[in-house]
Amino acid sequence: MKNKFLVLENVEKRFPVPGKKDYVAVTGVNLEIQKDEIVSIIGHSGCGKSTLLNMISGLDMQTSGHIFLKGKEITGPGPDRAVVFQNHSLLPWLTVYDNIEMAVKKVMPELSSKELRERVEKFINLVNLGPAKDKYPGEISGGMKQRVGIARALSIKPDVLLMDEPFGALDSLTRANLQDHLMRIQQKVKNTVVIITHDVDEAVLLSDRVIMMTNGPAATIGEILEVNLERPRDRVALQEDHEYIRCREAILEFLYKKFAKEDE
Amino acid sequence: MSKNDLLSRIILPLLTFIAIVALWAELSAYIENLPSPHDVWLAAFGGITPDGDVITGVLTDPFYINSDEDKGIFWQVLASLERVLAGFVLAIVVGVPLGLAIGMSKKVFYALNPYIQILKPVSPLAWLPLFLLIFQAINPTAIATIFITSIWPIISNTILGVQNVNKDYINVARILKFSPIEMVYQIMLPVAVPYIFTGMRLSLGIAWIVIVAAEMLTGGTGIGFWIWDEYNNLNYPNIIVGIIIVGIVGWILDTVMGKISDFFDYRKRGTAS
Repeated sequence: MKNKFLVLENVEKRFPVPGKKDYVAVTGVNLEIQKDEIVSIIGHSGCGKSTLLNMISGLDMQTSGHIFLKGKEITGPGPDRAVVFQNHSLLPWLTVYDNIEMAVKKVMPELSSKELRERVEKFINLVNLGPAKDKYPGEISGGMKQRVGIARALSIKPDVLLMDEPFGALDSLTRANLQDHLMRIQQKVKNTVVIITHDVDEAVLLSDRVIMMTNGPAATIGEILEVNLERPRDRVALQEDHEYIRCREAILEFLYKKFAKEDE
Repeated sequence: MSKNDLLSRIILPLLTFIAIVALWAELSAYIENLPSPHDVWLAAFGGITPDGDVITGVLTDPFYINSDEDKGIFWQVLASLERVLAGFVLAIVVGVPLGLAIGMSKKVFYALNPYIQILKPVSPLAWLPLFLLIFQAINPTAIATIFITSIWPIISNTILGVQNVNKDYINVARILKFSPIEMVYQIMLPVAVPYIFTGMRLSLGIAWIVIVAAEMLTGGTGIGFWIWDEYNNLNYPNIIVGIIIVGIVGWILDTVMGKISDFFDYRKRGTAS
């Protein structure tokens, strides 16, 4: 039980369709995620991977099955499961500093104003955004916004960091930069992270395990891949690494041979 | 702004002004009761008429008070402004919470929306006799009429503002476990405020239009009554003076309201150019 940090037990999600049978998005999902583990969930669009994340976050409830965090069943959203959304979701009327402060203030009301300021600044500095802390989200780049989103999520000391295609809306250079940020942060402050992605390289580079989802409807876990690569990882050096290449090929094989999907 | 642009901004309106005055002067020569530009100038600023009479202008002494019924133009405008402001503030106090409730709750929306849709297109002046019956006094009647005028755009725009709250913001609030009140103050209002101010600006504009008509019906004081009274007193040039004053005051109200709403609009603050 000690290692059973985040547990998904026979999770199923159905959406009612008027006049027809329910649409089964995901079904029979069983998964155990350990503390400080980084797990990617990868699959074609429509495989219910975001649905799965929403159920872990509690923003959406499963139709049947159970999700436990530290032995406690999840019944709704809470700050122990912070989410980094694809569209950063910073409040545009607050500065970078105020966006993070709002979250810390709400989750840790016991902090003195000095402790509060120190904590907010610590997380701003963690994502190297010190010089931009008084800027509004409209004044900074997409990659910077996403870094603020990560800082805000981590600042409330969540048990699990949930990331819903966090770098999907960014160009590939910015994306690589943010992946490096995330790996660097993970070296500093250990976190349990679940990342939804459709990027094969991202999945291998970031994760300890890659969960591969079959296609919907009624999607479920197809295969689980262990990525046995030392950290810190260097994206350039890895290009020649046998383990990296093996993992990449395994995922590509799964996505494009076993569960290939026609573009709709 | 370039020098050329600045010049156009001064010279072009000036040319338009000259053209309008010339056309008006020409027309007034043919239309018997239409006051000429010169008549209106005299009515506004005083002077000696072509017949040799010395008259004082409306704007020469706008602050005089002879009796409760006979006051300078400043007091007339002030009376109208006070009514507009009272009705307008009342409409904000009632309209914003109502709009928030309708925007946030489907049930409240279903309960109230049909009546809003039916009452919105009713001319505020149709309510005036009813209010006169109820209040039996000019001031509360005028204020209530302005209230009814102002409330619809404020309600509609508040609803629009709430509906524009991004689902992601609400999810952030849910993860942080905001209470419903924190949700209103920290998420809904900041998004809705620019929309609410747009509604308020619209309302104020319409209210200023309606007050003139309302005062013509209620009588007593106010710029609307004053214009009507000058018509009855055969002081035709004063009607045009009144029109110009109403226009200028309305323009000032709109400009001030525009500045205030920009101030509260987070989108106009620190956005990358």
